Amino acid sequence: MYRYILKRGLLVIPTLFGAALLVFTLLRLIPGDICEMRMAGTGGYFDENALEVCREEMGTNQPMLGQFFSFVWGLMRFDFGISMWTGQPIISEIALRFELSLQVAIMATLVGIIIAIPLGTISAVKQNTWIDYVVRCISIAGIAMPSFWLGILIIVGLLISTNYLFDSPWMPPIQYVPIWEDPVHNLSMLIWPTVATGYRYSAVATRMTRSALLEVLREDYVRTARAKGLWEKLIIRRHALKNAMLPVITVVGLEFAFLMGGLVVTEQVFNLNGLGKLFVESVINNDYSLTQALVMLVVMVFIFVNFVVDICYAWLDPRIRYS
Amino acid sequence: MKLSAAAVGNVDIEAELAAARLPFFKAFGKWVRQQPLGAASGIGVIAMILIAIFAPQLAPFDPVASDYARLAEAPGVEYWLGTDQFGRDLLSRVIWGARTALFIGFTSAVLGATGGLVLGVTSAYFGGLFDLLFQRVMDVFLAFPLIIMALAVVAIFGTGPENVIIAITIPFVPRCARVVRSGALTIREMPYVDAARALGYSHTRIILRHMAPNCMAPYLIMLTTFLGQAILLEASLSYLGLGVQEPVAAWGLMLQGGAEEYAESAPWIAIFPGLAITLAVFAFNLFGDSVRDTLDPKLRAR
Repeated sequence: MYRYILKRGLLVIPTLFGAALLVFTLLRLIPGDICEMRMAGTGGYFDENALEVCREEMGTNQPMLGQFFSFVWGLMRFDFGISMWTGQPIISEIALRFELSLQVAIMATLVGIIIAIPLGTISAVKQNTWIDYVVRCISIAGIAMPSFWLGILIIVGLLISTNYLFDSPWMPPIQYVPIWEDPVHNLSMLIWPTVATGYRYSAVATRMTRSALLEVLREDYVRTARAKGLWEKLIIRRHALKNAMLPVITVVGLEFAFLMGGLVVTEQVFNLNGLGKLFVESVINNDYSLTQALVMLVVMVFIFVNFVVDICYAWLDPRIRYS
Repeated sequence: MKLSAAAVGNVDIEAELAAARLPFFKAFGKWVRQQPLGAASGIGVIAMILIAIFAPQLAPFDPVASDYARLAEAPGVEYWLGTDQFGRDLLSRVIWGARTALFIGFTSAVLGATGGLVLGVTSAYFGGLFDLLFQRVMDVFLAFPLIIMALAVVAIFGTGPENVIIAITIPFVPRCARVVRSGALTIREMPYVDAARALGYSHTRIILRHMAPNCMAPYLIMLTTFLGQAILLEASLSYLGLGVQEPVAAWGLMLQGGAEEYAESAPWIAIFPGLAITLAVFAFNLFGDSVRDTLDPKLRAR
């Protein structure tokens, strides 16, 4: 097992390096000088000196190779440089918003999995009954529905229903408070984006659980278990579900990318001051250094999640470790 | 040379070939019976394509013309789906939005899948070190979630329909290339590829004329999968204000401005464009699923 973890861990390094190279190159594709664009963007008068200062600040007067290595060196120390728009260190901009996005991501993942596994199991066990059809409809809708529209619908629903019930429209709070300081405030704010982003997650995982379980239930060992008179609930819980979890875990890992994407859009809907909103703002403001840092951050998180998923996979299925 | 039934023993080649060469409408009828959901979604897809093509004839009003006397009006006799906060007819904008969504969706899905097809086949054809390096490069691209990659591309090229197409196409290419490559690896070992090489055909000709046409199944599967994703991605980008720009009618864009501000007083502004996105993606996904079931025998059992 440790050998496998080490082997798989070593594979992360070239991918991360390649991603850094790609992000770095992409940003150099921008036509023209970033500093000139930035100065021109402010509309004011600027001279060669100011440009030189800016280039010094951004490091664009260095040779390309040197720029790349200082970028990678910075990444290793979690030093992303300074934002071109606010002039603040990027790491502090990220730190300010990281907690919120992380909480929504974790909550959405948990909600997604907690809903998906029982629903998928019921749907597979009661295949072709009305329960199965209802679950399948819900999950198909979840894949087609954009998370931001679900978010907007939640807001519309909240406003109309609270106005009708209490005669005053209620909106979730906007100011972020950590969950250990005021859990009620925190949850009443973040539960809605969690639902909006978690719905798709649970829909995909439900479908996967269903189809994986259906396949496993046809296996010989399940028939053997039934033949020896084992309690059906035990067969599903102990024998079938364990093996059906493998593809579900893969899907959970893959869908994490969608979750992050969903978060980018949903934070905009609920006006949450998270990483997604920062990302969109950085693109709108042409803040290239911030965009670069955030793309890198997302990719690092994604590669890490995939790494963990692969480890889980190998842990659950010993065949993978030895192949 | 024609094989007779006797020549190959008890296998009736003639009958097999006849079965394989069913007349088009008969084969189509069989598909409809096997995939009723796929056929139904196919009708939905065709309806959407027709709506997109005949948008100018179908839309009752000009999608960009404002009726300032009737801002954010509820659905009624004249404006079937109501009007938005600028007094523009929602029905007309939803119809014209189909044109934007399908145009961007089809263009980027076709470009992305075709780019992936060519790259994937090329990688499998040359094999060896080239293939290995190419796979690592694809790995790097795949480490970028779809929308993150799309946003990064928008950050570089800017907004607008052409750039949205580029932004959606680029992340699609490695996803298709990877799937096509694994199929093309077996095709590379086929005798006809060796024959083509023995005849001295160029690499380009072998890749494009001999190998690529035989990778149609994974290509079509990826293409139909991309269609729904592309529509969703375009809507997301437009919603963020980083896709198609006003006053062009696009579903994501329609949700951007008034949807939340008028959530309480005019919920129809928020409901209908989102419904259009959901239905479109739903139809394309369902259609893609049945195309995959038809073309990929491994999955047919599920």
